[in-house]
Amino acid sequence: MSTKASRSAARLMISPAVILLLMWMIVPLVMTVYFSFLRYNLLSPGATPWAGWDNYYWFFTDPSFKDAIWNTLALVGGILLITVIGGIGFALLLDKPMFGTGVIRIMVIAPFFVMPTVSALVWKNMFFNPVNGIFGNIATSLGFQPIDFFAEIPLLSIIFIVSWMWLPFATLILLTALQSLDQEQLEAAEMDGANWGNRFWFIMLPHLARAITVVILIQTIFLLSVFAEILVTTNGGPGTATTNLTYLIYVSSLLQFDVGMGSAGGVIAIILANIVAIFLMRMIGKNLDA
Amino acid sequence: MGRITLEKVTKSFGDVEVIPPLDLEIEDGEFVVFVGPSGCGKSTLLRLIAGLEDVTSGQINIDGQDATDLPPAKRSLAMVFQSYALYPHMSVRKNIAFPMRMAGVPDDEQKRRIEAAAKALNLTDYLDRRPGQLSGGQRQRVAIGRAIVREPAAFLFDEPLSNLDAALRVGMRLEISELHKRLETTMVYVTHDQVEAMTMADKIVVLRAGNIEQVGSPLELYKAPRNLFVAGFIGSPTMNIFDGAEAAKFGAHTAGVRPEHIEVVSPEEGYWTGTVGVAEHLGSDTFFHIHETGLAETITVRAPGDVAYNHGDKIGLNPRTDLVHKFDEQGLRVQ
Amino acid sequence: MARAISTKRKSVNTAIAGTLGFLMFFPILWILILSFKTEEDAIRAPLQILFDSGWTLDSFAAVQARSDYFKHFSNSVIISVGSTLIGLMIAIPAAWSMAFVPSKNTKNVLMWMLSTKMLPPVGVLVPIYLIFRDTGLLDSRFGLTIVLTLMNLPIIVWMLYTYFKEIPGEILEAARMDGASLREEVLYVLTPMAIPGMASTVLLNIILAWNEAFWTLNLTAAKAAPLTAFIASYSSPEGLFYAKLSAASIMAIAPILIMGWFSQKQLVRGLTFGAVK
Repeated sequence: MSTKASRSAARLMISPAVILLLMWMIVPLVMTVYFSFLRYNLLSPGATPWAGWDNYYWFFTDPSFKDAIWNTLALVGGILLITVIGGIGFALLLDKPMFGTGVIRIMVIAPFFVMPTVSALVWKNMFFNPVNGIFGNIATSLGFQPIDFFAEIPLLSIIFIVSWMWLPFATLILLTALQSLDQEQLEAAEMDGANWGNRFWFIMLPHLARAITVVILIQTIFLLSVFAEILVTTNGGPGTATTNLTYLIYVSSLLQFDVGMGSAGGVIAIILANIVAIFLMRMIGKNLDA
Repeated sequence: MGRITLEKVTKSFGDVEVIPPLDLEIEDGEFVVFVGPSGCGKSTLLRLIAGLEDVTSGQINIDGQDATDLPPAKRSLAMVFQSYALYPHMSVRKNIAFPMRMAGVPDDEQKRRIEAAAKALNLTDYLDRRPGQLSGGQRQRVAIGRAIVREPAAFLFDEPLSNLDAALRVGMRLEISELHKRLETTMVYVTHDQVEAMTMADKIVVLRAGNIEQVGSPLELYKAPRNLFVAGFIGSPTMNIFDGAEAAKFGAHTAGVRPEHIEVVSPEEGYWTGTVGVAEHLGSDTFFHIHETGLAETITVRAPGDVAYNHGDKIGLNPRTDLVHKFDEQGLRVQ
Repeated sequence: MARAISTKRKSVNTAIAGTLGFLMFFPILWILILSFKTEEDAIRAPLQILFDSGWTLDSFAAVQARSDYFKHFSNSVIISVGSTLIGLMIAIPAAWSMAFVPSKNTKNVLMWMLSTKMLPPVGVLVPIYLIFRDTGLLDSRFGLTIVLTLMNLPIIVWMLYTYFKEIPGEILEAARMDGASLREEVLYVLTPMAIPGMASTVLLNIILAWNEAFWTLNLTAAKAAPLTAFIASYSSPEGLFYAKLSAASIMAIAPILIMGWFSQKQLVRGLTFGAVK
């Protein structure tokens, strides 16, 4: 539905975005793959001999690699579970008529505006600290032994912190979707004898399917790269208990200056992300018609 | 001036040819209506003239100039869209001024033309409102105002009344006709409504699947439809069409007679007989939908309002034999 | 038809939702309170809301003195606003193309753009770090702005595309018939009509860029460090520091919180990435 003139204008207008993104994707990608086959450490300048698959071999056989994969999956999966289920619950609640909707909504959204470094430090010091933190204080005043969160349940603590930031996001999207549900559909279902559970399962949940897909898609993109929360709380520890793939690669490339090894890790991270991406894109293809 | 000619114009979307080679002449000052069922290519044809689509081959001339490759803005045409396409963020005044602003018309001249258009279209009190605050009919008038002030060579209308309710539609139809009489500018008007076509046009172009089926004045089309398609499309209620032995009696393969050309009589006096299915009493007229005539499933007859038959009554029908339309095996008119 | 809801039902809903909302908000409220306390008050009785020694602005002053808040603040502003504006300039034409002159490749291009977001930053950390080191872009606001522009470009394009799609093409065609050039069509007709959508896009991207904490931590040191890095320097405790940490945190998140609250409507729209209506 257009003319030749507008089609060529369209090609011209889309090209800066395409070219820039293409460069942003291809150049570093090629370099990463290339580096991953070199013995290349920033601390030992000079020759960077060909290393073949060595970097991959060392990276794969490094016990922390297995831990990192597991931690990455646990982080993403755990946070998705909490935010999607919690988000549906919050959305159902906030969709009900109440006083001061605006104020309550502002309070619920607020954590999304808090930068990762701040939320991590605040939770770490003001809440999780066994001596001076609020949780420790509550436990002590009730006569319990306070939990040392980052020593005893480090990964769960990180999941908790990151979920706090993303729960508002999931809530908002699901609430928006819920509000677009035609009330007459629910009333029709009620007339048809469906109780609340039926209405939720057969009408609300299918209506939310697209929104849930969006939540999962967008959050996964961000959650695969959780970094700052780990950096300022546990530094990946104790041991490798909270080291995810992103953090592991950061350690080998920018702390141990092993470019080859870090790049090999980067390639693996990209492959993993692509597996997840293909899976997700399938889901969007089905649920998004944009 | 506004003489538009199309020479061997075609349009394809990918492999699909929506307009096969087509020639058409639109004279200066004419009110031409493109009419046809949805998907017949009438809107595409209008958009080709507007320059919003490229022709695949052929040539479009406007006032003798080859306009085939001119961008829309350079064709000195103005268009009124089906959705009115008003700029929602601008006041009525700014909407009407927009084409003049683009053309660099001096401010005082802009002001003069806006006020003239507003007066002619009864929009003077609404000039500072936004389109969102106007009724459908008012929006339609703003769209027309925006077209008028450009003083174009021709106006293009793309189903402009289809978003209005029935009562407004009749009113706007008259307004557009009067506008045409006053401006004497060429107007090309697309509609799927044959009543609009009949009432407004100097010249009707009936389209089907991108082909021109017939071009002519409303009465020419009514009196002498060139083929079965035009016969069935023009006129309301539609022509009764039948074939077989009854048609052969008129010396035709297929024959047609309009509802208003059949007289309702008692069964004994009738040339044909039938049973009333539904009688629609409109007061001024009565429409009978008649079954069991041996002609077709249902025969529609338009009778005066005081003819009182009801469901199940047997009646006789007398066609005006001089007004029976005859068609051959290809569906073309025979004299 | 909405059914009449009893005030009692409504009150119960309000109480439950209010409590949960308060719990979500509590950490922010808590550091706000702490930031006005003296260090002694802040650490001695964590559960005590009252101010024993009265409230004070000392912590804010101390934070500014210790780590030059305003320098990092201006870095954050420049980087987040800069990357959003540059992104917008590249994305508007691209989104126009895809929304109004769609071809059979449009959907693929869009999906491909989105898929570049799937590329984990860590996968390209090493080369970007080395390129930046060798070109002197390390620890520069310019370099960081470019990276964040490219990071968020797919999201900006996607969001603008979904907003542009809602604008009827006939209006742009009307502008074309009225004699507007492509530039005038985008400038006088499309852009003003898309302002709510663009506002949402801009807001969301400023937030994403403001809070971005991978590239900002890895590519900056002292000079170009935005607030994310500024606050990370508080990760190792030094003596009594709860009040100062709280003050620093409040200073880091306040601009975005305030902006978010004032533009809640656009933001809610933006937060759904234009994907849910």
